[in-house]
Amino acid sequence: MPADPSTTLAPGARAAQAVLASVPQQPGAPKPDPMLVADDVRRAFGGLVAVDVAHLEVQRGAITALIGPNGAGKTTLFNLLTGFDTPDSGRWTFNGQQVSGLAPYRMARKGVVRTFQLTKALSRMTVLDNMRLGARGQSGERLLPAFFQFAWSGQERTVTARAMELLDRFNLAAKADDFAGSLSGGQRKLLEMARALMCEPELIMLDEPMAGVNPALTQSLLGHIKGIRESGTTVVFVEHDMDMVHDISDWVVVMAQGQVIAEGPPSAVMRDRVVIDAYLGSHHDRALTATGEGLTKDGSGGQA
Amino acid sequence: MLKRVIIAAGAVLIGLLAGVALSGPASADGNALVGTLTAPDGSPVSDVKISVSGNGFSGSATTGPDGTFRVDLPKSGSYQVDVDVTSLPPGVALARPEDQSRSVLVLAKEQKILVKLVAEGGSTGDASGTGGAAEADSGRSSPILQLIIDGLGFGILIALGALGLNLIFGTTGLTNFAHGELLTLGAFTAIVLNELGLNIIIAAPIAVIIAAALFGWGQNKVLWRPLRRRRTGLIAAMIVSIGLAITLRYVVLLLFGGSPRSYQQFAGQEGWHIGAVSVTPKAIILAAIAVVVIALTVTWLQRSRIGKATRAVSDNPALASATGIDVERVISVVWTLGAGLAAFAGIYLGLTQDVSWNMGQRILLVLFASVTLGGLGTIYGAIVGALIVGLFVQLTTLIIPTEMKTVGALFLMIVILLVRPQGILGRRERVG
Amino acid sequence: MDVGFVITQSLTQAIGVIAIIYCLAAVGLNVQFGYAGLLNFGQVAFAAVGAYMVGVLVATPWLKGDPGYPLWLAVILAIAGAVVLALILGIPTLRLRADYLAIVTIATSELLRLVVRSIAFRDVLGGANGINGKIGDGFHEYNPFPANFDVPFFTFNRQDLWVVVVGWSLVALFSVLVWLLVRSPWGRVIKGIREDETAVVSLGKNVFVYKMQALVIGGVIGAFAGIVWAVAKQSVQPDSFVPDVTFFTYTILLLGGAARIFGPIVGAVIFWFLLAGVGETLGQMIQAGWIDFLRPTDVGPIRFIIVGLGLMMLMIFRPQGIFGDKRELALDAR
Repeated sequence: MPADPSTTLAPGARAAQAVLASVPQQPGAPKPDPMLVADDVRRAFGGLVAVDVAHLEVQRGAITALIGPNGAGKTTLFNLLTGFDTPDSGRWTFNGQQVSGLAPYRMARKGVVRTFQLTKALSRMTVLDNMRLGARGQSGERLLPAFFQFAWSGQERTVTARAMELLDRFNLAAKADDFAGSLSGGQRKLLEMARALMCEPELIMLDEPMAGVNPALTQSLLGHIKGIRESGTTVVFVEHDMDMVHDISDWVVVMAQGQVIAEGPPSAVMRDRVVIDAYLGSHHDRALTATGEGLTKDGSGGQA
Repeated sequence: MLKRVIIAAGAVLIGLLAGVALSGPASADGNALVGTLTAPDGSPVSDVKISVSGNGFSGSATTGPDGTFRVDLPKSGSYQVDVDVTSLPPGVALARPEDQSRSVLVLAKEQKILVKLVAEGGSTGDASGTGGAAEADSGRSSPILQLIIDGLGFGILIALGALGLNLIFGTTGLTNFAHGELLTLGAFTAIVLNELGLNIIIAAPIAVIIAAALFGWGQNKVLWRPLRRRRTGLIAAMIVSIGLAITLRYVVLLLFGGSPRSYQQFAGQEGWHIGAVSVTPKAIILAAIAVVVIALTVTWLQRSRIGKATRAVSDNPALASATGIDVERVISVVWTLGAGLAAFAGIYLGLTQDVSWNMGQRILLVLFASVTLGGLGTIYGAIVGALIVGLFVQLTTLIIPTEMKTVGALFLMIVILLVRPQGILGRRERVG
Repeated sequence: MDVGFVITQSLTQAIGVIAIIYCLAAVGLNVQFGYAGLLNFGQVAFAAVGAYMVGVLVATPWLKGDPGYPLWLAVILAIAGAVVLALILGIPTLRLRADYLAIVTIATSELLRLVVRSIAFRDVLGGANGINGKIGDGFHEYNPFPANFDVPFFTFNRQDLWVVVVGWSLVALFSVLVWLLVRSPWGRVIKGIREDETAVVSLGKNVFVYKMQALVIGGVIGAFAGIVWAVAKQSVQPDSFVPDVTFFTYTILLLGGAARIFGPIVGAVIFWFLLAGVGETLGQMIQAGWIDFLRPTDVGPIRFIIVGLGLMMLMIFRPQGIFGDKRELALDAR
């Protein structure tokens, strides 16, 4: 599908799409510069197999969308890869290092930071404190130095400055001293994203960033995510909103019933019969809607 | 909410003061304080001086050759009772040092008090076993078999309490630290009826019904339901239950004094020797009744509409409510049932041991142990856990001193929470 | 009725030895529960460790003969003991849900108490009678006060006066230490954990270590409550270290305001002022014959009833206590 002529691609996007243009559009396709490589990841709950991914690679510097009908295993895969859940089997590497089985806080320290579907903004702390919490390597966070203000006050100033910068970028600077609980739902999403960026992650994994956000804020959020890619951070996000997926992702991975059933650039994936069947069963004569019921933008029924 | 609480507190306060104040002259002929002193080996202890004073009266008596004593009193009311420990024979001491001087509320014509004696050096620090004469018996008994029988009996008793605790937790999420007090209150309700003249066989069921209504249904209506309406969190509610437990416990102490009491009937029964074990008739009968009650409860939960509704609410209150189940009604029923079962357990405990103001507190941790062992929130779990804990507690006395029996239950609970927090029958998600 | 006596008693107890002991326990609990959100219901066990460590090492001939080890050594070992207890308690249980943690910690404190109380260890730990006498001699040796302290509204004998001065200094010291911690980035992480530890984990913090540190710090401060107890009362008995002590500590902490530096101090002072005041007033009224259906021995239970009702009222109507901020509540109370 031709690029929308009304937007000029930013350098990061252009680079990502160029690199990905040569990648075969099949599940488990190898990427030219994979940051995250997963093999044979399996997770079952009782008798139900939630995740059964044979092979998955995530391209560095690109925005990859992880989509699929409800119950496809997307969030479970997220949880597994970031250490918040233990698989029954499977290995994965990050930047070439074996990271399967690491505790979630270690994954975060390695540079993989995730956000949550139900925002976890720490409501009883101020916005600024939320942000400061994200910064890594703070000596004041260790018990002994904590007693001595001179040991951490300098660092605290730097951290605060960076936090304010990020808050400014996300238009939350005015709210810096308010309790995070006083923010609207959309603002909390932004806060969580900004806080995650304080960790200076290499890979940021967003779990349904659009969930519960009013449409007016959506464009702003999309812009921020694109901005994250521009600064060199790789993004993976789970979403249901097809418009959004089509708008910003460089690559789409489709899951259904625990397995990856398709991969490719957004336009190709949305026309893929396998994908349409997964979403709609055998009824694929429905138009695209914002809830992701149909998959083609032009309103006609799907065509392979 | 505040207004209701003030009214309720005011009513409680008035009731309390009235209760204490009304221990004035009730009869013209007067009352008496009676009791028997027996040494740990069963022989009567004579020549021990008991002094009584209060309400303008002071008098004393010495225990006779059969170990009994009687002090005639001018009227019912609160009296100070002192045991002259220097008059105790050598090698024998008071099981509870506080028994030396205590306040006793005399209501009955012949108010019985218990003076527990132990061999010098020993003491009770926790809740002990049931009616079997395990320690005193010797000769042709099999200690292990005896302990198993005692353990089962204790387990059945605990199961009554644990079932209620579990149901309340399952349907409301409340970890009820005041559940032990439900046993105490049930036991004391029966004491009051008993001392007013009703034979315990009649007093017990009536007490259970009163307790179920007042301390079960009533407690839910006055306290827990309004708290739920205010959306009080579960941790806050748990702390409220701790405050309630303290309050209830000391109200009982205030009203009834610190010395343990017995019911007027069946106090010192001889054990029947059946094969290698010894069991008292009351232990057998109580256990049988308890088993029937538990079986009925379980059947009710499985078969009846409200029973099934209870299980639904236990599983998922929001979903249950969405399918038309009246969640509040279910909770009301659960509290009533739970309090009734606990009251029975309290009377059971009172008949096989004694009735004292902190009897519930002593057994609370054992109840928690049973419930966590079996699986918090599962019905059968409470029963299974209770039986296992009962057996374990009794059997561990083979290695650890009797006064430390509860330690076994506590240890078991801690281990289970570490190794398999959902308990034997519980589901994984509930815990961490 | 002697109003002056009542007031003096109330004020004296409000800042006296027992207030200090509970205040220290509450300062420790504040770190664990107030700031870190750990529902530690076994705080009395830490006090017991402190008290018994001091008692055994100083006053029991079993280990070294008579006289025992010097007090300063006993204090150091008491701190070590508290750390060990915190590790034993924490490593397996810190991942448990709140109400489970509460039950496990109460069970552990009771288990310890029953074991310490048992006949089996009577030679070392004194069984049900505990350890009595001479525990605080090494401390009282340094008492600079020449005479008893008897002024309008306060009366302390010279030993208690010394304990009171040193005790409140300890309270001040620990409060300052806690304050330093809490305003630091470490404190920020702890507060984050209190609210949502998964979020904090996702930011790369090792939450378990932080919780453990909070438990240890709170436990060590709690041990000092026990040390003061042993030294001031010159006796330690197992039946003093019952869960009711922990419940009182919670009441005090919640009264003053959890997660507030002054919370434990204000809470302890007001709590004991009220309890002593009501107790004395009631006692005097009964003795003067104004209330003839109550006896002097009823005052004890009535005090407890007041605490129980007070705790309930606090939780229901003002869970943030005097100083707390409702928006910042660690509890899920509303």
